[in-house]
Amino acid sequence: MARMIGAEMFFRTLIDQGVDIIFGLPGGYVLKVYDVMPKFAKSIKHVLSRHEQGATHMADGYARASGRPGVVLCTSGPAATNTVTGIATAQMDSSPVVVFTDQVPTPYLGSDAFQEADHIGITRPCTKHNYLVRKTADLPRAMKEAFYIASTGRPGPVLVDMPKDVLIGEDEFVIPEELNIRGYKPSTKGHPGQVKRAMEMILSAKRPLIFGGGGLIWSNSSEELKEFARRLQIPVTLTLMGLGAYPANDPLFISMLGMHGSYGANMAVHESDLVISIGARFDDRATGGNFGRFAPNAKIIHVDIDPSTIDKNIRVHCPIVGDAKLILRQLLELIPADIKADRREWLGRIGQWAIEHPLTYRQEGDKIKTTYVIDTLSNITKGEAIIVSDVGQHQMWVAQFYKFTRPRTHITSGGLGTMGFGFPAAMGAKFARPDELVISVAGDGSFQMNMQELATAVENKMDLKIILLNNRHHGMVRQWQTMFFNKNYSASYFEVLPDFVKLAESFGAKGIKVTRPDKLEETLKEGLYTEGVVLMEIVVDCEEMVYPMIAPGGAMNEMILEPVDMA
Amino acid sequence: MRHTISILVDNEPGVLARIAGLFSARGFNIESLCVAETLDPTTSRITLVTSGDDWIIEQIIKRFNNMINVIKVQDLTELTHVEREMLLVRMEATTETRAEILRTADIFRARVVDVGPKSYTLELTGDKDKITAFLELLRPMGIKEIARTGSVALAREIQNYAKIGDKR
Repeated sequence: MARMIGAEMFFRTLIDQGVDIIFGLPGGYVLKVYDVMPKFAKSIKHVLSRHEQGATHMADGYARASGRPGVVLCTSGPAATNTVTGIATAQMDSSPVVVFTDQVPTPYLGSDAFQEADHIGITRPCTKHNYLVRKTADLPRAMKEAFYIASTGRPGPVLVDMPKDVLIGEDEFVIPEELNIRGYKPSTKGHPGQVKRAMEMILSAKRPLIFGGGGLIWSNSSEELKEFARRLQIPVTLTLMGLGAYPANDPLFISMLGMHGSYGANMAVHESDLVISIGARFDDRATGGNFGRFAPNAKIIHVDIDPSTIDKNIRVHCPIVGDAKLILRQLLELIPADIKADRREWLGRIGQWAIEHPLTYRQEGDKIKTTYVIDTLSNITKGEAIIVSDVGQHQMWVAQFYKFTRPRTHITSGGLGTMGFGFPAAMGAKFARPDELVISVAGDGSFQMNMQELATAVENKMDLKIILLNNRHHGMVRQWQTMFFNKNYSASYFEVLPDFVKLAESFGAKGIKVTRPDKLEETLKEGLYTEGVVLMEIVVDCEEMVYPMIAPGGAMNEMILEPVDMA
Repeated sequence: MRHTISILVDNEPGVLARIAGLFSARGFNIESLCVAETLDPTTSRITLVTSGDDWIIEQIIKRFNNMINVIKVQDLTELTHVEREMLLVRMEATTETRAEILRTADIFRARVVDVGPKSYTLELTGDKDKITAFLELLRPMGIKEIARTGSVALAREIQNYAKIGDKR
C-alpha cells in the first residue's frame, strides 16, 4: 500500500483497468490531474481534442471500433456540459464510454462557484450510471465500478465526477480486488426453457427471418450468427446498428431493414412467420414506427441482454434475456444433427422482391450522385475499410451501398442521430485500430459541427481519410421538405460554406476536390492512397433522394420507392 | 389501475432523484412516495404509489431493475400485502365542535397529539380508504391543515391461504 494524491490514483487505476489512451482537454479544476499526467505518459497517451464533444465522440468511436471502453477527461462546468451530447449518443447506441469530469471542491458544491454545473444531475438521464466521488480513498473503487458497469451487460456510458479536493487530497491507494454491486447483476446465459421453446418455434417455421441489431456487434457474436443462419438456412437482415455483424456478400444476407431499408428486407419482415430478433430493440426507425402492424403474420423471438427492451415497442412471443453470443451457442447446440433445412421457396420469394426493387441508382448527368460515391468506395476498398458515417442522407446511403464484410467496421450514430459524430469518432476508431483503413464519410452539414478536430488529427499525425459529400444542404432535411412540406426549403440551404480544401490545408491536412463523375474514382484512389489526413471534398447532386422510404408511422410493406409528393 | 411498488435501494445521495427522474422523463405522476432507512443502514425502502395500465407499470418496474442503485423491486399490488398511511390533521375546535371531533376520533381510533385553545391535532393510521373516510367526516367541522405520509407497505408472509389449505 502506498499513500498518494487522488490525481495519481486516477492514472494508476486507469492503468490497472487496461486503459492506454484518453481523450480530453484541460481546464481550471482538472489542472492537478494534467500536472501529474506526464509521469504516466509512457503508459497512457493523451489526445488533446479541441472541444469536449469531440473528445467524447472520439472515445465513443474508439469503443465501437475496439469493444473496449473509451475514456474522456475534462474539467467542470462548460467542459462537462460539452460532453453531454457525446454521452447521450453513447447511451442510445450502448457504447461503453467512461467520462471523468472535474468538479469544484466539495465545500463549494452547490454554491454557484466558477465553472460549476451539476454534472451528476445533468447526466443522470443519459448515462447508465454516474458517480460523485466525495473522498480520495473512494476514487479507485468508483473508477473500477465505472469501467465494470460501462462494459458489462448492455454497455453504456458512465460518468465519474471528481471534485478538486478529492484529486489533491492524499490517502492510501487501494484498488478493491472484487466488486460487489448489489443492484447490478447482468444476466448472461439465456433461460434454457426459453431457448428450447425458441428452437421449437424455429424448427416449425416456414418463413423465418433473422432481425439482427447492434447487440450482435457488442457481444462479438458474428461467428455464431453465421453458423446459426447457415445451418438453418435462415435469411438475415440487419438494423443500421447491426451492419457488419453478417457479411453483406453472403447469399443469405438481404440488406438493411427499416425506414430506408431495402424492399426485399422490409417485405421479408412483413411476410415472415417467425422474426428472430437478436440484439435489436424494435425502434421506430427499424420498424417504420407502426408497431401495431409490424410483421402481422409472425411470431417473434426476442433475444436481448436488457430486459427493459422486451415488450417495450412490440409484444413478443418468446423473450430470451441474456448475452447474444451465449444464447446463440445454446441455440446451436439444439439444432438437430440431421437437419436438412430447405428454404428454397422462402429465399426465392425474397430474391424475387430484391429483383423487383433492388437497391440501385443511376449515375447520369454531370453531377456526382452520392450513391455512386459510396458504391465506388465499397468497390475500391472491397468492403473492408472501417467506415464512420455521420448523420443524414449519406449515412443511409453508406448503410445501403457499402458492402460491410466484418463487424466493428460500420460506425455511426444510430439512436441519437448526432450530426458531428462521424469525424471525431473516426479519429477514435483509427486510434483503436491503427493498422486499418479508417474513412470518415460526412456531409457538409455534419462535418461543420466538429471540424475543429482537424487540428487534433493533424497534431497526432494520423493517417485518416475524410470523404466530405458536399451538396450545400442539410440533405435529409431537404428530402423531407421535398416529400412532406411542399418543397418549402426553409433553412436547409447553406449560402456560405468554407472552401473545404483550403480549410484542410490551413490545418496542415491535405485537401482535394472533385466535381465531375468521370474523375471520381481516380480522386478517391488518390485520396485513399495518400498518407496523412486527407480531406476529399466531393461536390454532389443535392436533388438525389434516399429510397425506399417508409413514411413515419407506416408499416414495413408501405414503402415509397420513387419521387412522390406527400404534402 | 393503482399500483403500490416497494423498492429496496442503496441509501445514497441522488438515488431518489434517479427514481423520480424515471417518472418525470416519461410524464408519469407519482401519487405518493415514502422513503426511510431499513434495518441495514446502507439500504432504504421506497414505497411508491402510482397509476397506469399494466404495460406502463411493467415498463417502470423493468427500468427500476436496470438502475444500479436498485436492489429489489416488488409490485405489491400483485401480492397480498398490508398497506398503511399516517395522517396528521389540525381541526378548528370551537365549543360546538370539540366534543364531536373527539367522538369521531374515538370511533376511528385516532389520537389527539396536540391541543391548543382553538385547535385539536389528531393522528390516524390506516389504509387509504380509512383516512379518506375520516377526513370526509371531519371536513364539515373545519379542517385547518393536514399532512399525510403516503403509503408504506409490506408483502404478507403467507401469500396464498387457499394453497395452504390444499396442502392440508
